Amino acid sequence: MHDINDHFDPDNFDINLSEISKIEGAASLEIKVRDKKIEDLKFSISEWKRFYTQAIQGKPAVAIPQLVARICGTCSNAHLLCSIKAIENALSILPSNQTKLLRKLLHFGLLIRDHALHLYIFALPDIYNKNSILEFDENDTVQNQLLEDTFAVKEVGNQLSIIIGGRSVHAPNPTIGGFHKLPKIDDLKNLRPKLQQIRPKIINLVEIFAKVTSVLKPRIQPSFSSLTSDDFSFLDGIMKSAAGKALSERELDKYLEAVIIPYSHARGFKLNGNLMMVGALARLNLSKQSLHPKTKIDINNYLSLFPSSNIYHNNLAQAIEILHVIDTSLDIIDRLNEIAEEKPPKITPKESVGVGIIEAPRGTLYHKYKIDSQGLVKKAEIIVPTGQNQVLMEKGIYEQTERLLLEDADKEKITLEAEKLIRAFDPCMSCASHFLQVNWR
Amino acid sequence: MFHCSTADKIKSMNNKLRIGWFSFTCCEDSTIIFTELLNTHWKNWKNSIEFAHAKVLKKSPEIIPEMDVAFVEGAITGDKQEEKLNNIRQKAKILVAIGSCAVVGSPSNQRNFFNRSQLEEIKPILERFKYKEKVLKLSEIVKVDDVVPGCPMNEQVFLQIMDKYLNTNPLSFRENEATEKSSEETSDVPKRK
Repeated sequence: MHDINDHFDPDNFDINLSEISKIEGAASLEIKVRDKKIEDLKFSISEWKRFYTQAIQGKPAVAIPQLVARICGTCSNAHLLCSIKAIENALSILPSNQTKLLRKLLHFGLLIRDHALHLYIFALPDIYNKNSILEFDENDTVQNQLLEDTFAVKEVGNQLSIIIGGRSVHAPNPTIGGFHKLPKIDDLKNLRPKLQQIRPKIINLVEIFAKVTSVLKPRIQPSFSSLTSDDFSFLDGIMKSAAGKALSERELDKYLEAVIIPYSHARGFKLNGNLMMVGALARLNLSKQSLHPKTKIDINNYLSLFPSSNIYHNNLAQAIEILHVIDTSLDIIDRLNEIAEEKPPKITPKESVGVGIIEAPRGTLYHKYKIDSQGLVKKAEIIVPTGQNQVLMEKGIYEQTERLLLEDADKEKITLEAEKLIRAFDPCMSCASHFLQVNWR
Repeated sequence: MFHCSTADKIKSMNNKLRIGWFSFTCCEDSTIIFTELLNTHWKNWKNSIEFAHAKVLKKSPEIIPEMDVAFVEGAITGDKQEEKLNNIRQKAKILVAIGSCAVVGSPSNQRNFFNRSQLEEIKPILERFKYKEKVLKLSEIVKVDDVVPGCPMNEQVFLQIMDKYLNTNPLSFRENEATEKSSEETSDVPKRK
């Protein structure tokens, strides 16, 4: 992957990472160093667009959730739930309490699996100086346990999604107003001990990421923003920024300013003209007091680290979120004694605009649809977390590289640290690159 | 299509099946299914397979290495992708198309069916980044030996194919390659490669 020069000049070199590994999708990084100064730096998302916002036009609104789930295999169920929420808001459909709880469990299954994929498979090898989690030494007690934990934790998240959604990726069961097919209560109850079993593994993971010493605090602090709620629900709440200001959900696209990055297949964003960041770090910064009480007790030593502007704390925040969703899932499963046979409501089309906002694993996800009287989508706007973080990602790599050059770091070290920082943002390129700016009139 | 006796059981030089996992234009849903299959299958596979290239799991070489089996998901939408796919085909004894976009092109090929006004909207992007005129499925560019259909890929079909190649004699691969090359030269089916 690296373009290592044969005769290395520490003051003048190029870094060309055409395919960054251990991230979701394709991204590349080019750094040109001359006289020990950065002459050019480009972080670009190199996924090819699939033009979902155009493809949605003219299609029945009821068909959209399953279509947009295909925007991203990693966070497909987040797109599914966000799209359902937008259409329900447009058509004034109120889901039942049971539906809300089951959707939470579906989303929590995704959060466990997705955060675990990022932390164990992508980020942990950096801490242990390994190329891959699969290269962890099975004769080393600690490393072998982490390898076992990787699969055990991911599998529980996967199973939770399968029980509720019918499949962990592109779940077929959830629909507008409810579920085509409801889960079996016994399957959920049987999963309870497995959720309990992975709890200590996650506390261990929190401790590992809390000890990481890497620091990158952007010189200009970004505006952290997320959906906030009393129960840290990810699916409901009020949009807030770090300044404590509530943002109107229906008008979120007015606060977000699209930034065209000529060399990237994806557009970036600023929030009210400021650098911004969404995701686990933003959520912990804004809502740590709303974490599950058991979570707060077990990770109390680390909560004081938040609010934090250290980008590497995004990994720690994700580990804490896994514990929170395990604890909340256990509560929900304990409270559910039966699953009532509820049928999704009949849908009556009407001319309307619907907005859905949820917290996907990587941050705030926004779907907006304009629907006509026949129930067909006229326009769509989808804003994904990685787009919102893209401008800060490039700026962060720049500032870190500048610092490393001052510390006389070599090309290999600069490259490795850039990759670690990109992974700390946990970008999802599949999501980021498939939309065009929509002009709403 | 490749056929072999499941009784034959030897693999590459180190006795492991060298596999590659590649993603082109798609949502990478099958990559996720694959990483989830590792949860329950890695213990059985770890002594039998070696990842020659799998960007999702490890830093992988920029030069495509020689492989026994290349699993390829996604459709082809740019010339550079076509070039890379041809390279993978040359380096892999077996190429398996993974998931709907690789096998039939959909849904990544939805722009192939856009109307005039939709095409006008996306034209500046297509031109700036040199997109192909049409999105292509893998078999429109290279010979595909096996397919795992589905969106995401059908797990059971994938596991059957993994089992088949884990039990394949590499000598059969080579004999098959020679036969295929000879039949390609006389085939009426047009191939872009």
